[in-house]
Amino acid sequence: MRIVVAVKQVPDTAEVRIDEERGTLVREGVPSILNPFDEYALEEAMRWRDELGGTVTVMTMGPPQAEAVLREAVSMGADEAVLLSDRAFAGADTWATSHTLAKAVEKMGDVDIVMTGKQAIDGDTAQTGPSIAASLDWPQITFVGFVRELNHESIVAERYVEGGCEVIRASLPVVITVLKDANTPRLPSLRGKMKSRKIEIPVWGREDLELPEHEVGLDGSPTRVVKITTPELISNGEIHHGEPEKLAKLLVDSLLGSEEQ
Amino acid sequence: MNYYLSEELNDLKDLCAKIAEKYILPVRAELDEENRFPREIIKVMADSDLNGIYIPEEYGGVAEMFGGGSMALTVATEELSKACGGVAVSYAANALGAMPILISGSEEQKKKYLPDLASGKKLAAFALTESEAGSDAGGVKTKAVKDGDSYVLNGTKQWITNGGEAQIYTVIAQTDPSRGTRGLSAFIVEEGTPGFSYGKKEDKMGIRASSTMELIFEDCRVPAENLIAREGHGFLVAMKTLNKSRPGVAAQALGIAQGALDEAAKYASERVQFGQRIDSFQGIQFMLADMATQVEAARALVYSASRMIDAGERKYEKESAMAKVFASDVAMKVTTDAVQILGGYGYMKEYPVEKMMRDAKITQIYEGTNQIQRSVIASALIKETAAKGK
Repeated sequence: MRIVVAVKQVPDTAEVRIDEERGTLVREGVPSILNPFDEYALEEAMRWRDELGGTVTVMTMGPPQAEAVLREAVSMGADEAVLLSDRAFAGADTWATSHTLAKAVEKMGDVDIVMTGKQAIDGDTAQTGPSIAASLDWPQITFVGFVRELNHESIVAERYVEGGCEVIRASLPVVITVLKDANTPRLPSLRGKMKSRKIEIPVWGREDLELPEHEVGLDGSPTRVVKITTPELISNGEIHHGEPEKLAKLLVDSLLGSEEQ
Repeated sequence: MNYYLSEELNDLKDLCAKIAEKYILPVRAELDEENRFPREIIKVMADSDLNGIYIPEEYGGVAEMFGGGSMALTVATEELSKACGGVAVSYAANALGAMPILISGSEEQKKKYLPDLASGKKLAAFALTESEAGSDAGGVKTKAVKDGDSYVLNGTKQWITNGGEAQIYTVIAQTDPSRGTRGLSAFIVEEGTPGFSYGKKEDKMGIRASSTMELIFEDCRVPAENLIAREGHGFLVAMKTLNKSRPGVAAQALGIAQGALDEAAKYASERVQFGQRIDSFQGIQFMLADMATQVEAARALVYSASRMIDAGERKYEKESAMAKVFASDVAMKVTTDAVQILGGYGYMKEYPVEKMMRDAKITQIYEGTNQIQRSVIASALIKETAAKGK
């Protein structure tokens, strides 16, 4: 079983600051971490590897320093890592990113499953996983909360959706995106840390993936971020003081009144 | 202060801090309250290779990564103890149980027992203390009588850390009662050996997450190949073990002290009285300053002792005893002062410092009371002085 886990280096904060003029995230001064949702994908991949045998390869697309999250994944138990890095990849939207990631999966060859977190905590689009599947023309199961069965032919997974759970069987190769319900990610081990310091991580650029310039980076991105702003907090609340009975009546009247309008 | 730890030791420290934050902090009060051994946490530590940090690679460990195991054990125990002294001693007691085999075991014994201890598949415990043999190891009454190709053990060990949880026990017993400490021998006894059972589990003041139990031997037959070193070498094996393991207890005390200092400093920065944060009062400032200085001094001594051991120094009993005495006295003082700084809240179980104060007390008592340590230090000093006089 060859499993590839697509991970992302993200800023370590839930409150991402935005450069409103440039329409990008401000990364300076914010420590970077492995996208927390990707940890569940990595753990799921390693569990099945431990059970079925095979390898787990982590890959990410990003600047050279994104290598750090690959080393972290290796310290947790990933077998191999690949960094997709090239000046030409800069400015990629989710389409260009997933297209590049899909090409890397093709280049690796005999991949059975691509796993990734349900979304990244910075962009929050949840598009990259599905888009990798589309680019590879593979089946996909998103929002996987539990993998019931996995063998060399097929997978049966529970997909947690609003109001219920869908049980889906898909043939391999397949792309799945994983929820935090799936498992508890393990901690790094000391042997893993030692390996992560020594492992050589190949860097693949645009030419290695045989991708034309117009399919990567900003040029390959059909979408443009026109503007990013923080929505203003609009508060129309009213505060009334007085006896509970009067306040209750006021509240009921105002609720009923608004219903009639 | 920067202690210039190697990259590997820093990784180890980070890993232990993660384990503490993720697995120990959320349950430490519960473990304390329920007197419950933290099996799940011990498993997490083993999966992260922590049980192998003092065991050489050829026996399944990773000690070489740290240039020896003493400093690694110190760093790990300190970090875990900041969160919980009880969980930390349950971890560190494995090292104490494994040490006799590591130091004095035969090649066959090392190959047979150490790999499972390094992987965490099995836990270890060290059994010396009895009801009448505490500071005076010569008072050991447990007998081991040779019979053919085995020894038959009879007696009761008391207050054994990891008792009932460990699978491998290193036990000190009397093979020649007429010779006192020179009649002691060390044996490896596995759980499940007929005639070996557990007695009562102790209800302790502190380190309540750890298991402390009686071991009972009734005509317990142990293969002769389980004798460590030679007959009559038991006291030597025990002393070598304790000399080497004492920085571990010192590190436990150090971690407890640091944990209490952190809590006190944080509380003092938040608590407002007379319209000001209490850390703006000189009375509190001086207490915190003394606590911080004592903790740093203890750390310097503990790290020095551990580094001496890793450097291959042959004689370190004095330094090892000094580290244990000083760090444990500091732990008692600093945790008591932390309770004082938190005032009424400090005395309540909702805050962690009362537990830290209870946990600190044992570090002045076990693995050789601080009075025994002072005797060790004084006797080394007298010998050194005599040698200089020649």
